[in-house]
Amino acid sequence: MDHSVPKSGPASREPSRRRFMKGGVALGAAFVAGAARPGPGDTQPAPDDASKVVGGPMSPYSDRSRFEGAVKEKGPPFLPDEWGGNFTPLADTLGIITPSGLHYEVCRGGIPDIDPKKHRLLIHGMVDRPLILTLEDLKRLPSTSRIVFLECAGNTRTEWRAPRAPSVKFTHGLTSCTEWTGVALSLLLREAGVQKGAAWIVAEGGDATGNERSIPMAKAMDDILVAYGQNGEALRPGNGYPLRLLVPGWEGNVNTKWLRRIKVVDKPYMTRMESPDHTSLMPDGKARQFLFVMEAKSVITFPSGAQRLPGPGVYEITGLAWTGRGLVKRVEVSADGGKTWRDARLQEPVLRFAHARFRLEWRWDGREAVLQSRCTDETGYVQPTLAALVKVRGLNTVYHNNAIQSWKVAADGNVTNVHV
Amino acid sequence: MVAASVLLLLAAVASAAHAQMPKYGVGRAPTAEEVKAWDLTIPPSGEGLPPGSGTAAAGKAVFAQRCASCHGEKGEDPKYRVITGASRPLNAATLTPKGVDWLLGGEPALTIGSFWQYATTLWSYINRSQPFDEPGSLTPEQVYAATAYLLYVNGIIGEQDVMNARTLPQVKMPNRSGFVPDARPDVGKPPQAKKR
Repeated sequence: MDHSVPKSGPASREPSRRRFMKGGVALGAAFVAGAARPGPGDTQPAPDDASKVVGGPMSPYSDRSRFEGAVKEKGPPFLPDEWGGNFTPLADTLGIITPSGLHYEVCRGGIPDIDPKKHRLLIHGMVDRPLILTLEDLKRLPSTSRIVFLECAGNTRTEWRAPRAPSVKFTHGLTSCTEWTGVALSLLLREAGVQKGAAWIVAEGGDATGNERSIPMAKAMDDILVAYGQNGEALRPGNGYPLRLLVPGWEGNVNTKWLRRIKVVDKPYMTRMESPDHTSLMPDGKARQFLFVMEAKSVITFPSGAQRLPGPGVYEITGLAWTGRGLVKRVEVSADGGKTWRDARLQEPVLRFAHARFRLEWRWDGREAVLQSRCTDETGYVQPTLAALVKVRGLNTVYHNNAIQSWKVAADGNVTNVHV
Repeated sequence: MVAASVLLLLAAVASAAHAQMPKYGVGRAPTAEEVKAWDLTIPPSGEGLPPGSGTAAAGKAVFAQRCASCHGEKGEDPKYRVITGASRPLNAATLTPKGVDWLLGGEPALTIGSFWQYATTLWSYINRSQPFDEPGSLTPEQVYAATAYLLYVNGIIGEQDVMNARTLPQVKMPNRSGFVPDARPDVGKPPQAKKR
């Protein structure tokens, strides 16, 4: 498994490329290294028989076992810590929910320190009744909870030209899945009274960069959530505390974190994040704009890059599938680079706009194998190969790479990222 | 009893006549000052641009003092993002990646001159979010000047052209018409699509 060195002390300042290589070298001995690693405030080895000694005290807010070391990793290395992506270790997550502490983050001006008592949401522009709402106001309104994936539009952006990232953390780690709680944006817009002619909203964050995105009114009145909850508690600061937009199925960047303002307007505002950025340059020199939907995608998280299978025999292949168009209907797995496919089992319930967990037993004969997964969604859309995407879109689109991922299992059991 | 019936009747009339009357009545109206303090995003029309003006000649000093440490003297520094350069036309030949990083994967340099659609986007972003370490600290005069300087070094306006609330939205960006709507799903349609 992908046991990375945890961030602590000066080691956390090390460029992640170097840190990763160290982690890779230590892979075989990961469990041994984990057992020897001192936990917070405890450097003793665990007792040989834990049933013969009284355990530790209970704590007001539980941390995980000191033997668990899965962590996010920040990249790319040349950017300051306040800017870039913080990748979820997908190979270490189980089921469909991403633990809040491992949910991916993307920041361009750091994580703001916001006092929820002082935070305000302003709704203005083409409305009859401009509104200022406090968190307390919002929490009085009818709320709902929903399990929804988020994926950065730039997830898998490294992989267009060559298999570059070593592990699933860096090929696909800018997606996560969470139970979000909040108020329907449509309810707030109705409270404010949207005027005739209004066709878009502009949402703005209250952080240093003030991420601004224009969103069509039809989506705003459909299923967007103004969320304050994440997996049963308040949002984590890196995920928008105390308030964010949650836009089911649409690229992460429109899910405005630290939400402080919604302006109702007639046309898109062509902000920095939607005019030069988050557009895709096609081979003819024209750039596609407002690429909101995340198309169907899947990835095998075990076995995956930088892992090692100890020897031939039975394994459970597992991974995640998702689609911004609603429901995952089918996931197929190939062990021969896409020549033949078998249906994987989908963990029930499969939820609209959520990660779906798939699993399939596999007997490895010890010979080289190339593992792939392929997702089909409720619209009949089938996750494409990289070659099919590149043929139409070229190599300069940057965003929305939802190609089939290939992992090569070598005869020695080492798993690497390959293009086939 | 009678009072309750009257209330119910009133509620029914209200919801029929005004589908968008507030149902919950939470929150309050913002003051004009509260809206003004946050309503900073500038659309292509230029609506909301404040008084003030600047030229590239004046902007050169602002840029040198507040921007160049990250972006280079003329926005040519690739440390974070190359923002100056007119590599046109945009096609495969002009889009050789400037550098290939394993995490960014090799990407074309899309600059203000080669790619940006609207000069207002530049003004709005500099005003709200720049410089990186002191976001929102430039005066409107400085923002107009820095914007003018970047438009000048990208070959879009002249060194003495005055940028203000009237002229900025009129700047003709070279790639203004270079954008098309989303055309997906363009790949990945099922082979048996006709059956569905």
